[in-house]
Amino acid sequence: MKIVVCINHVPDTETRIKIGADNVSIDRAGVNFMMSPYDEIAVEEGLRIRDRFKGEVIVISLGSDLHKETLRKALAMGVDRAVLLKDDAQRDSFGVAQGLAAEISALKPDVVLFGRQSIDFDDAQVGTLVAEMLGLPSVAVVVKLELHDDGSVVCEREIEGGHEVVLTRLPAVFLAQKGLNEPRYPSLKGIMAAKNKPIEEKAALPAEVRVTTLALRKPAAKNPGRIVGTDAAAVPDLVRLLHEEAKII
Amino acid sequence: MTILAFAEERGGKFKKSSFETVQAAAGVANAIGAELVALVVGSGVAAFAGELGRYGAARVIAVDDPALASHSNTAFAKAIAEVARKEGADMVFLPASQMGKDLAPRVAVKLKAGLASDCVALRTEGSDIVAARPVYAGKALLDVRVLTAVKVFTLRPNVFTATAGDGKAEVEKAAIPFAPADFGATVKEVKVATGRPDVTEADIIVSGGRGMKGPENFHLIETLADVLGAGVGASRAVVDAGWRPHDEQVGQTGKTVSPTLYIACGISGAVQHLAGMSSSKYIVAINKDKDAPIFQIADYGIVGDVLEVLPVLSAEVKKTLGK
Repeated sequence: MKIVVCINHVPDTETRIKIGADNVSIDRAGVNFMMSPYDEIAVEEGLRIRDRFKGEVIVISLGSDLHKETLRKALAMGVDRAVLLKDDAQRDSFGVAQGLAAEISALKPDVVLFGRQSIDFDDAQVGTLVAEMLGLPSVAVVVKLELHDDGSVVCEREIEGGHEVVLTRLPAVFLAQKGLNEPRYPSLKGIMAAKNKPIEEKAALPAEVRVTTLALRKPAAKNPGRIVGTDAAAVPDLVRLLHEEAKII
Repeated sequence: MTILAFAEERGGKFKKSSFETVQAAAGVANAIGAELVALVVGSGVAAFAGELGRYGAARVIAVDDPALASHSNTAFAKAIAEVARKEGADMVFLPASQMGKDLAPRVAVKLKAGLASDCVALRTEGSDIVAARPVYAGKALLDVRVLTAVKVFTLRPNVFTATAGDGKAEVEKAAIPFAPADFGATVKEVKVATGRPDVTEADIIVSGGRGMKGPENFHLIETLADVLGAGVGASRAVVDAGWRPHDEQVGQTGKTVSPTLYIACGISGAVQHLAGMSSSKYIVAINKDKDAPIFQIADYGIVGDVLEVLPVLSAEVKKTLGK
């Protein structure tokens, strides 16, 4: 079984976003970066599939040299190979998908895994774009994945207010959602071993720009409201305000 | 120019986000002098497709085919792209629901289009659109322009308005030839979770955090939610602790929500949580720490023990609603 997992390097969730001087990207000063959390779930799932069916897990990330940190983490978690598709420029989701699709198509994997979305741009596009570009079936927001020896797949994906049970066949693309598994922490041994594992580097194929960013801005700040009161005694006043002032109930 | 708006139906009913999408697309069509065509895909959908006329669609196309009784993203995407091509659509709008987000990238590739996803505002400039979309879970907004000839947009649920008017639409059936290869993945079954609205679609959300002290106290949240017809949300801390299922998680690694009212119970307000819910229209916070960051963005706050406040709040709301 050949398993490809695509991963991204993003600001951690506690980051307070500051707009950069170019007004289209963030100020990276003092920002900690990490593997996008859904991508960790995808890596973990890849490792579990490999452990069951044998084969190899290859992680791919498209971006600058900084992405090596996230690729190293995946190596420390136990993946077999890491590939960096280098491009220092910021791409739109379509451009990222084009670069990844070219590489994945050459690898001919059985299973392709992504996180359900990268938590920087929250586009939730790349995995499904890659699937369509490669003519593969895809299941997004997957919380349960069952692969069978004959290549058939039963999985569950989250939708509003419930789950869909989806049937498909390998090769296929899956976008991992929280709940699919609990990603492992890299062991000390894994971290040490990852330091000596090579990261294959190649230039990402040039891509078209289909969506351009005009500006990155902060949302209008919400005005702090008021403390209605303390303890249960404040409840009648709160309900009156919601009823009369906000007119919600 | 022609604009196509895809309306999602489940179980013979349109989702509210579909009405929002059709109405927002109608607004754009109106502003740039384009024709709006609404599109419904499924089995048995032509019978009720006319309802979209009340949200501004003069024409509704129904791809009504028994083969589509089970949802398949590949077949649905093909139907949307084929109709868009036949109609010469310059723009395609879909709701940024789980179904819409799953279809839009495939439709965009088929139409050689760029895709702006999860838009929360659309501004027309001549015959073009500048779309605003939240990034970093709402910590910032990106203004984007789609550069391709055909443009695809998904619109975040609960942001655009949907008001039923008295417009009428003619329903035309369109036949798309499907082959077995078009059904790469198919839905076998839909499992409904709780019957409460999902947090991404709920008009009101009652959400609990660590201040709830333990999973055994969340019945207080559920009671208030049921009195209000609300969805139940949770902070990352309580989901990670296993107190609540992950599909309730609100925040950067959960769901980003925009309800009319968000009631934060025992949630202090970590950066990643605030990012996911600060675009709520009204925020109520109940927390025993008066310095909790949640009070910085709350419209109304009560400083106190949430476990004591919640039962009284449920009773008081019940009284107000005359239940």
